[in-house]
Amino acid sequence: MKQKKIVVIGNGMVGYKFCEKITSKSSDFSIIIFGEEPRRAYDRVHLSEYFNGKSADDLSLCKEDWYSEKEITLYLNDPVKEIDRTGKTIHSSKGLTLEYDYLIIATGSAPFVPDIPGIDKEGVFVYRTIEDLDLIKNYALNAKTGAVLGGGLLGLEAAKALIDLNLSETNVIEFAPRLMPRQIDAAGSGMLQNKLSALGLNIYTNKGTSSIEGADRISALKFNDGSELKTDMLVISAGIRPRDELARLSGIEVGTRGGIIVNEYMQTSDPSVFAIGECALFDHNIYGLIAPGYEMAEVAAAKLCNDTKTFKGFDMSTKLKLIGVDVASFGDPFTTEPDARTILFEDSHKGIYKRINISNDGKHLLGGILIGEAEAYNMLLQTVNNKILLPPNPEDLILGSRGGSAATENAGLAGLPDEALICSCEGISKGSICNAVTEQHCESIDAIKSCTKAGTGCGGCIPMVKDLMLHTMKQNGKYVRNVICEHFHLSRQELYDLIKIHNLKGYEQVLDNLGKGDGCEVCKPLVSSLLASLWNDMILKKGNDTAQDSNDRFLANIQKGGTYSVVPRIPGGEITPEKLTIIGQVAEKYGLYTKITGGQRIDMFGAHLSDLPLIWKELIDAGFESGHAYGKALRTVKSCVGSTWCRFGLHDSVSYAIRIEERYRGLRAPHKLKSAVSGCIRECAEAQSKDFGIIATEKGWNLYVCGNGGSKPQHALLLATDVDSDTCIKYIDRFLMFYIRTADPLTRTAPWLNKMEGGMEYLRNVVVNDSLGMAAQWELEMQALVDSYQCEWKTAIEDPEIRKRFNHFVNAPEEKDPSVRFDEMRGQKKAADWTLA
Amino acid sequence: MKCGARKKQQTGHWLNPKIEIMIEITTNWFAACRVEDAVENGGVCVKCGDEQIALFYFTRRNEWYATQNLCPHRQQMALSRGMIGSAGEDPKIACPFHKKTFSLSTGECLSGDECAIQTYPVKVEDGMVYIGFA
Ligand code: SRM
Ligand SMILES: Cc1cc2nc3c(=O)[nH]c(=O)nc-3n(C[C@H](O)[C@H](O)[C@H](O)COP(=O)(O)OP(=O)(O)OC[C@H]3O[C@@H](n4cnc5c(N)ncnc54)[C@H](O)[C@@H]3O)c2cc1C
Ligand code: SF4
Ligand code: FES
Repeated sequence: MKQKKIVVIGNGMVGYKFCEKITSKSSDFSIIIFGEEPRRAYDRVHLSEYFNGKSADDLSLCKEDWYSEKEITLYLNDPVKEIDRTGKTIHSSKGLTLEYDYLIIATGSAPFVPDIPGIDKEGVFVYRTIEDLDLIKNYALNAKTGAVLGGGLLGLEAAKALIDLNLSETNVIEFAPRLMPRQIDAAGSGMLQNKLSALGLNIYTNKGTSSIEGADRISALKFNDGSELKTDMLVISAGIRPRDELARLSGIEVGTRGGIIVNEYMQTSDPSVFAIGECALFDHNIYGLIAPGYEMAEVAAAKLCNDTKTFKGFDMSTKLKLIGVDVASFGDPFTTEPDARTILFEDSHKGIYKRINISNDGKHLLGGILIGEAEAYNMLLQTVNNKILLPPNPEDLILGSRGGSAATENAGLAGLPDEALICSCEGISKGSICNAVTEQHCESIDAIKSCTKAGTGCGGCIPMVKDLMLHTMKQNGKYVRNVICEHFHLSRQELYDLIKIHNLKGYEQVLDNLGKGDGCEVCKPLVSSLLASLWNDMILKKGNDTAQDSNDRFLANIQKGGTYSVVPRIPGGEITPEKLTIIGQVAEKYGLYTKITGGQRIDMFGAHLSDLPLIWKELIDAGFESGHAYGKALRTVKSCVGSTWCRFGLHDSVSYAIRIEERYRGLRAPHKLKSAVSGCIRECAEAQSKDFGIIATEKGWNLYVCGNGGSKPQHALLLATDVDSDTCIKYIDRFLMFYIRTADPLTRTAPWLNKMEGGMEYLRNVVVNDSLGMAAQWELEMQALVDSYQCEWKTAIEDPEIRKRFNHFVNAPEEKDPSVRFDEMRGQKKAADWTLA
Repeated sequence: MKCGARKKQQTGHWLNPKIEIMIEITTNWFAACRVEDAVENGGVCVKCGDEQIALFYFTRRNEWYATQNLCPHRQQMALSRGMIGSAGEDPKIACPFHKKTFSLSTGECLSGDECAIQTYPVKVEDGMVYIGFA
């Protein structure tokens, strides 16, 4: 017989966490929990991911049967409407009356909705629950422009969501003179505003909204300064209000500006009633973050089990997620002289702003702000929280340069005390993570998550947890392996060597010899890429075809709607008028959308699967070949016009680009490869943003390597200076073979170099000075690949067995996929939008 | 996300001992293609009236599976062009678009979504592959 009854009001993140904590501490209680929302507790912190493909189920904090397993009674869709403290009972909306010994109020908060005329018009939303997001998503289907009222942490997240919903214009309206006024300073806000504008957000600060216009539905916002902004929808994110109404009604003490007053044990003015999470007011503070909420759940559960943990307040360090700009604020971000000294770093070119505040004696870090680059956030937060002594030049903390930084970061990890809090959501220390690795053999992030719960809250600590795990494994003398998947307990590099040693030629053969099970979408493309890098066989050879990634299997990129794109190779970007005409004719004949790509060639989109061989036949007959736009292979070698026409050109960059593109065309690698050749240092071909890039000098060529664009652009670094054309190619051969052999799957050259111990110095030694003694072998291997090149499309159209695979229906080869739909735009076709269920 | 999930249905294939029960409730066998037209360790798309069915020949396990061709995630007619494999013992298919994976034996989505795909029994007789409809 259970002794005491606990009723929990609110099945949100913190209410759920309380149940988890109390059931793990004791089985002396019978627990009943009431939720107002229709579903079990879910991860509100990652709510926005609901727009990026996560389902409500993905967001759930537990499995459906978790409550019954823990013998907790759950009432959903049934808000508690009254607390009777004298009778120690609660009444629910559906008419239940239950007694309690202890009551836990975890009702969270509600978005604050300012009292603006017109606020109840259609098209005005808040952003807190899954239902809110459903409403927004549906409404956005018929909206072109949107606005968010409030430029704080949540407002910016909501704005990003509107952009992702394909609104053509998104505006953010902030009453204060700057964005995120509670977290970052004026200079930081300015920098953030510039970056967000570049992402396409229109930002208005200093704007008080006076009314919302429109007949039934919103059409515009009117501001105090008389100006107006047209908008089809509005999301309000103007702050939160603790949901203290139940407590207030039952005479429990609440703060003057809202919030249920609690002591350090989370008890309200009635000792048998507790309040936790965003509804609780501790020391005049409402904590609108998950980590302090979880800590409150722990403290309340401990108190009920007669433990004497207390809540001591919580720091409000945060990192903005999702928006595409790194923003972090930690410790005391604002403190200034005379209480502290401040170090600032500002790079308005790259949009980076960093500020750290250090104690007057220079020993401790007090807090700071990071905009544009926040990789150091976790480490800096640790330095504040653990009062770690600062190095003699604390500016290194924010200026740490590429190459050297890995070493300092690891030294930092080792230097953290065991009790350093790594996951503040779940309250997990460095010591428990290291223990899990050493004693419970957790050797993957998933294992650590399920063993310690670290990283299961906001997820911000995961990079650090991973570093700690690897660091501890290395310390334990473990060889740290990056295994591929459940079918291959090998790293990519090991697999490469084994396939070569055993001379394996097909996917099934590799799986039989070196793996187990039946393979999957992770190891199949990876093995296929290795086989191609090693032997350069036609990738669609029988048996290997179905182990190729979809794009490789059909030698074309699949597009929205199920059609494909066609990209013929145009080496160096040079093309004759005759060939341009052919492309035009083919595109017209097969009804394709045409576009000049960012890689100096022409992409034709919207090809039906069964048209692909016909299209390629015509292109190949006219002298074109595959551009490998679908493969993890060499893409383009861009060129500038160079000395043949340009008055500054030092050498013929076009001829050299063509020579390079023809040499490495079709070369399969861990990730795609791009290159460029510029005729002089004006760099019109952007060679320094490529995996390998070449720039003409008075005396020869400068070779740069390991640059890339993408989401984390990085400039290439100089590998060799003033080399002649043949030497340059030799170096590229060696560089590429070294990369192909040793890089992790899907790792571009830049991150590959970033992880290399010794960095550029080491790479230069290997490539230029042949420190591994591999140069001759690599040059031979590369030559073998160059010699065995064949145009895959040519082989494909000549082989009837392969051609057959390009029919949509196996039993109606002449019919095209009837589900393909196009729309029209500017006189060409476009893929119809995703239809969402 | 609810993604247009159709009712789940027990699947069967020709080596499955449960096949006899299946045959009883299956009234209509559709002749899809010849064994040699199917792709080894991969899928083909079969037109059955207005429906598109993805047919998989899991040569490695000597098993056949059939499912709807429509991927419920973004409503793409794509599953036949996906990659087959296994998760533990369970045979699965990964959609080529966003690599959501589905169990070939139950149709259940293995990538955590709430959407399942419909599966159909398959039998092979005299070199001909048949898909069964209830
Ligand atoms: C067509 C094109 C955009 C355009 O209209 O200009 C394009 C289109 C695609 N890019 Fe790109 N990228 C194109 C130039 C670029 C560039 C610019 C450049 O090459 O100078 C970049 C940045 C430079 C770089 O790669 O370092 C670029 C960075 C990416 C990335 C990010 C790579 C990274 O390292 O993070 C991806 C994703 C990936 O490869 O995994 C990507 C992936 C894609 C894919 C293949 C996505 C997909 O799987 O469907 C797009 C479909 C192409 C197709 O044909 O169906 N695309 N993409 C450009 C084709 C160039 C060409 O002729 O081959
Ligand atoms: C979009 C978004 C992004 C966020 N991002 C972050 C972030 O990056 N980092 C971070 O730390 N925090 C973030 N937060 C804040 C975080 O989600 C909250 O701090 C956390 O959810 C608070 O938990 P809670 O249980 O107190 O409140 P909630 O999760 O709101 O739960 C309260 C529950 O109680 C229910 N309830 C209310 N009244 C009653 C009643 N009378 N009877 C029954 N049930 C009732 C409510 O319906 C609700 O389900 C974010 C929040 C949002 C909305
Ligand atoms: S940036 Fe590249 S991958 Fe992204 S939408 Fe444009 S073409 Fe596609
Ligand atoms: S459409 Fe299939 S996974 Fe997205």
